[in-house]
Amino acid sequence: MDAIKLLLFVPFIGFLGFLPYANKIEPYILGMPFLLFWVAFWMVMASIILMIVYKFDPDNKGSDSE
Amino acid sequence: MNISLLIISIFLVLALYLGIKARKGKDMDMEQFAVGGRGFGTFFIFLLIAGEIYTTFTFLGGSGWAYSKGAAAYYVPAYIFLAYVLSYWLVPKIWRYSKRHSIISQPEYFASKYKSRSMGMIVAVLGSLALVPYIVIQLKGLGIIVSEASYGAISPVAASVIGAVVVTTYVMISGIHGSAWTAILKDFMILVVVIFLGIYIPVHYFGGIQPMFETVQAAKPEMLVLADQGLSQSWFVSTVLLNALGFYLLPQTFMVVLSSNGERTLRKNAIALPLYTLLLLFVFFIGFTAIMGIPGLQGADGDLSLLRLAIQTFDPWVIGVIGAAGLLTALVPASVMLMAASVGLTNSFFKVLVPAATETHQLIVSRIIIIGISIIALIVTVTGGEALAILNIMSYSLITQLAPSLFCSLPKTNIINKYGAMAGILAGVLIVLYSTIADVKVATFLPNTPHVINDISTGVIALLINILVTFIVSALTKHISMQQTEMNDLDKIS
Repeated sequence: MDAIKLLLFVPFIGFLGFLPYANKIEPYILGMPFLLFWVAFWMVMASIILMIVYKFDPDNKGSDSE
Repeated sequence: MNISLLIISIFLVLALYLGIKARKGKDMDMEQFAVGGRGFGTFFIFLLIAGEIYTTFTFLGGSGWAYSKGAAAYYVPAYIFLAYVLSYWLVPKIWRYSKRHSIISQPEYFASKYKSRSMGMIVAVLGSLALVPYIVIQLKGLGIIVSEASYGAISPVAASVIGAVVVTTYVMISGIHGSAWTAILKDFMILVVVIFLGIYIPVHYFGGIQPMFETVQAAKPEMLVLADQGLSQSWFVSTVLLNALGFYLLPQTFMVVLSSNGERTLRKNAIALPLYTLLLLFVFFIGFTAIMGIPGLQGADGDLSLLRLAIQTFDPWVIGVIGAAGLLTALVPASVMLMAASVGLTNSFFKVLVPAATETHQLIVSRIIIIGISIIALIVTVTGGEALAILNIMSYSLITQLAPSLFCSLPKTNIINKYGAMAGILAGVLIVLYSTIADVKVATFLPNTPHVINDISTGVIALLINILVTFIVSALTKHISMQQTEMNDLDKIS
């Protein structure tokens, strides 16, 4: 496994690991109670992290592999 | 005929037309039928994978859970986006192996990896066992949506039957191509409807999304956070992990992966899909608005919150459009589920029993099985009652029992063998069945267990025992399978 793919653990650890601290109503962010914002925040983060992994992943270099 | 029923009917005919037309220009062999000749690019794969998550369960159940259980409903988008993160690493490996070995179904994949037909049969039976309740949920949801949206002009049973006939027809004719084409229509409709409703309804009733949540907070603050026990944080974390692990093990999702035209298509999809789960937030906005807007829906009626609130708010033609979107969210996933179950059974039973069968024979048998599963699902839809909810929870817990054998099969050398894999799967499945039917939890045996442990999903506990059994049996049968392990190694040189 390439080192860059270790980044894939980040959403699991970040989102679920800090859930006890995120399980609250206030502060409201973007109109959402904090816990719902926390879920939305990690959806966006997951996409960003995957984009970074994709960019640096050697598997995506060259022609599409068979 | 009222205006909303007319709109729903137009979309039903349109879906049938697109589904049948999708066949055009394709020479139908098993590979075309099941996985579209492995030719789907980023766009279709995106829609098909997204099609598996925006089902009637999400549409009705997502808002329904937010309505009746509050923040616990967040588990749905949470496991889905984490499944996509996992998929970046996982699914290209599955695709690569399947392409090299011309595999078109999940049972075939396991049979090939473990060099065992029995393994394929176990996986096929388990897959169908998990799929039938899913198809039933789609048909049942379809019945509810069409019946409500037509203001009762069509009964739920009649709607389910019509829906089943349409989906069976186009799947038999076009195979997965039919699902891909109807998915375009479906995703366009669901995007428009969900975003519109999710913004309009809270603004209409409370002047905005935050004021809506603040009203809920003032009346029922417990709805906006996870509970201390029951649907608690440990329930949330364990269920999210279990479902994220099980997501790509669902036979229909597995099949969509195989229909991709390359590994990079799958990785690109993984990037975009988590953003698509943001759409579910709008479904929640509707559910939370309904808490204050139409209080008093009990139990399963919570699933009606979205439709009831909409009917209370809008003119009939808008209800027709919502009904049409709901109809499509049932048809597209149901079609892929029918395909996956039928191709899996054809490959692992019919091909084994009749080795001389030609492609034409296999296609005929697949179609007969599609009709058979449709009929079974319809019967359960019409006769089945409360047991559905239990079946739904069981589906994921059951299918996730394949996870240890899937993950062990990925590295070049598999540390477990077919005996261990089969024993582990059976052990896990039996525990899930027993604990669900007998309603047993950890606290039943150890009454002093703290809630943190007792709330852990039963599927996770079954999975741990599954892993234990898998490794013990593999170690005990090591000498029997030495030869086969070597064969596996030869097979995996890439």
